[in-house]
Amino acid sequence: MYLGIVKGTIVAERKAAGLEGKKLLLVQPVDEHGAPSGDLQAAVDTVQAGVGDFVYLVGSREAALACDPWFVPVDAAIVGIVDGLDVPPRGNVS
Amino acid sequence: MRTCRVVGPLWAAAKHPAFAGRPLFVVQPLDASGRDVGPSFVAIDNVQAGVGDRVIVLTEGTGVRQILKQGDQVPIRSMIVGIVDHVETA
Repeated sequence: MYLGIVKGTIVAERKAAGLEGKKLLLVQPVDEHGAPSGDLQAAVDTVQAGVGDFVYLVGSREAALACDPWFVPVDAAIVGIVDGLDVPPRGNVS
Repeated sequence: MRTCRVVGPLWAAAKHPAFAGRPLFVVQPLDASGRDVGPSFVAIDNVQAGVGDRVIVLTEGTGVRQILKQGDQVPIRSMIVGIVDHVETA
């Protein structure tokens, strides 16, 4: 699993069977300090996240398992909204 | 599996039900000499790990489902499954 920040909402009228009714968000993966880490992704939302939320996601097959019904063609799913994170400042490696 | 350093805990009230009651940590992968390598990620904890511990992290969902025994629809991919006492390298 990995951290991300929700950047936007994706609207797609025509999509594969199984994706109907699924809420798609644009997510920037980030590190534990909120710095971008990798490319933007389209992810299915399972926790009513919104733009600006700090979230964590699961990828690959487990993303489909986060959905209900779970046999869906997705490879990234938002599975939690992060309320707090207790990490040391950058560069302060213990 | 990866050897990682436990960076710190994170909290989430709104989350998929499969994560209920499971501690979440940010973990940082390490190289053979214990230096950070690659991006950090998020894992649940199965061995009461603490911040700063060097740990073994499973990064594949089927093994996680075997350990959790919660059926075959658990959307969790990474889990701390061991605490490293020491590593010997040639």
